[in-house]
Amino acid sequence: MKRKAIVAAGALFCVAAVTLGGCASVPEDAFKLAPTSLQERRIQSRHYATADDAMLLRAGASVLQDLGYAIDESNTELGVLSASKRIDAKDLGQIATALIVSALTGSPTPIDTEQTVRVCLVMNRSLADPAASVARITIQREIVNDRGQVSRAEPIVETEIYQAFFAKLSKATFLEANEI
Amino acid sequence: MNAGITRLGWVLIAVLLGAGCASQPPTNIMSGPSQVELRSYQTRAFDTTDRTMMLRSVIATLQDLGFVIDKADEDLGAITGTKLKGYKIRMTIVVRPRGETQLLVRANAHYNLEPIEEPRPYQDFFTALGKGVFLTAQNVD
Repeated sequence: MKRKAIVAAGALFCVAAVTLGGCASVPEDAFKLAPTSLQERRIQSRHYATADDAMLLRAGASVLQDLGYAIDESNTELGVLSASKRIDAKDLGQIATALIVSALTGSPTPIDTEQTVRVCLVMNRSLADPAASVARITIQREIVNDRGQVSRAEPIVETEIYQAFFAKLSKATFLEANEI
Repeated sequence: MNAGITRLGWVLIAVLLGAGCASQPPTNIMSGPSQVELRSYQTRAFDTTDRTMMLRSVIATLQDLGFVIDKADEDLGAITGTKLKGYKIRMTIVVRPRGETQLLVRANAHYNLEPIEEPRPYQDFFTALGKGVFLTAQNVD
């Protein structure tokens, strides 16, 4: 009986911790420039030898359309273009694992079903060279599982993805992309 | 007796869950924390009148911090961005003139579903923005 009371107290403590944890404060580093932020900026940016940033923005829009993105926001004065697409997030490996886990535990395991990828392209006149423009993209994604819960929300950090985008942008503008 | 205690425990659990910060009365739509104090955390003045430069700097700072820009409105002077990193932060920044020589920059942000009401995240943001514009962010009364 005493044990039961201890278990109840333990459960109470856990619930209190989780409930209060819901109000947890913002992560310490959320608004601090990471030591890697310069490196990230290099991966995400390219120099183009043109002062026509509106043309670069239009080219960016057509590249994103080619890739199946829908434009969510555009502002030529500020050089901003944001686009997103919803794609399948099903992964055969994950489905197989979920099936095995479900069979062993008897309770269904959630599987990822859909992801929303968001891309933001920003054009700026180069500070070092007024006749050049700097294009920078940032990409992030949110994955939702079959229960409608967000299972992952993360930035895309893979260098190759950024390289692939800039290669397409160079092709569309007939301009060479130079690393900053 | 002991069964009674256990039942009481479960009731307490239910009350705690129900009273958790997730449940908010609909009155919160038009109310918030102490406005004056919060506004002072969220606002800084900069010695420049170049609004476009400031808006572009805000965008660059948000990108440096890992945000994706959701909305950018030059007429209104408003930028909104979202950061996903295992959590979701949505932030809006509004830039407007203050007198003849200054710009006022106000930021407000949500962490997941909660408004950010502590000063530190805003201080960090303005420090990052100050580095970008090479200007000192000044506190306003």
